[in-house]
Amino acid sequence: MLTKRIIPCLDIKDGRTVKGINFENIRDAGDPVELGALYAAQGADELVFLDITATNERRKTLAELVTDIARHINIPFTVGGGISSVADVSVLLQSGADKISVNTSAFRNPELIDQLSREFGSQCIVLAIDTRFEDGDWYVYLNGGRVKTDIKAFDWAKEAVNRGAGEILLTSMNNDGTKKGFALDITGQLAQQLNVPVIASGGAGNMEHFQEVFEVAQADAALAASIFHYKEIEIPALKTFLYNNGVNIRF
Amino acid sequence: MKTVIIKYNAGNIRSLQFALERLGVNGIVTDDHEEIRSADKVIFPGVGEASTAMQYLKERNLDKVIADLKQPVLGICLGMQLLCRYSEENDTPCIGVFDVDVKKFQSPVENLLKIPQIGWNNIANLHSVLFEHVPENSYMYFVHSYYAALGADTVAITNYVINYSASLQKDNFYAVQFHPEKSAEAGARIIQNFLNI
Repeated sequence: MLTKRIIPCLDIKDGRTVKGINFENIRDAGDPVELGALYAAQGADELVFLDITATNERRKTLAELVTDIARHINIPFTVGGGISSVADVSVLLQSGADKISVNTSAFRNPELIDQLSREFGSQCIVLAIDTRFEDGDWYVYLNGGRVKTDIKAFDWAKEAVNRGAGEILLTSMNNDGTKKGFALDITGQLAQQLNVPVIASGGAGNMEHFQEVFEVAQADAALAASIFHYKEIEIPALKTFLYNNGVNIRF
Repeated sequence: MKTVIIKYNAGNIRSLQFALERLGVNGIVTDDHEEIRSADKVIFPGVGEASTAMQYLKERNLDKVIADLKQPVLGICLGMQLLCRYSEENDTPCIGVFDVDVKKFQSPVENLLKIPQIGWNNIANLHSVLFEHVPENSYMYFVHSYYAALGADTVAITNYVINYSASLQKDNFYAVQFHPEKSAEAGARIIQNFLNI
């Protein structure tokens, strides 16, 4: 049976992981390759590397990093952040990334999703959506949550899937950082009404939150960052918990 | 030992090369007929669409070269599907080593089944040297919309609403639908088992 996936997310700036990370058992917690390999060894099902560097040198550095990750890590990984063209994606996939994620650039130019899925296949195109609940609905936000749009998250997700997005990575800005649990309603709406996998993101604070997003919202995967980096939840313990509570996971 | 990865228009072979490298093996990527024929082990990878891939192989006569190989051959993902008789993906006659057809997943109820299947699923009824020291129900990483049906050559089964061939084997031809190069330790074990044949 296909399992639910647990996905740690690593933010990368200038080739280094950001956010204070307190692992004593690895030499260099700022090294994305070493941290990624540790998560893989602990049983993470996939990894997401989000590049937040904003320089022109970015692409070259990122491609080198992706090669280094692919060389050392034996589970699938997605690379996102500032990707806006077929050429960007081609370089990253050839460097060894399994999937790429697009966000603002795809919203500004939806045709990009059609181009990418035609060129590389839907299976490697993840659409990331940042969304906030206000005035009675969930709206799409761009540029890392700084720019509001008047388009509803569900409508955009549906259009993107029709254009060829193979997965949706949905981050609830209301929940992100609160540690009060994932946004079950919008995650559930997407997971149950779209025929592509939905990765829930934002709000994980304890192990029950993961169980809830899998069982109630029927998310296909759940992503988290700081709770893993700060070891508030460790992946082996999380997987044991989910397994013991009847969630179908790789164990 | 010479290990060759067949180069064609389908796929992302970087991960496969790196997986071999982690096992201390240099995978030579080539479409040269002599290089392929003279290899000890041949890997036929692939991520992509069946009809374009078959057309590319035929134009270069690679379909015949592959079918005539006598050394161990490992088909992965689309590589496995192309070794079957026929694929529903754009109505494509394939190489025909394995006597099964490739079909598209069908959701019994709308939106119940997400297609492609993306993620980790377990493999069972393992009976091939490929799975030596690989426990029953080990999890492997799958990404696919089409599947090879069950048949006489099936040596591992996976379920995604229906049971289908996770792995096929006939004579010197071995094939897996999942990506062993992305399937953590269990996947590396399978690649090592193939290299050990």
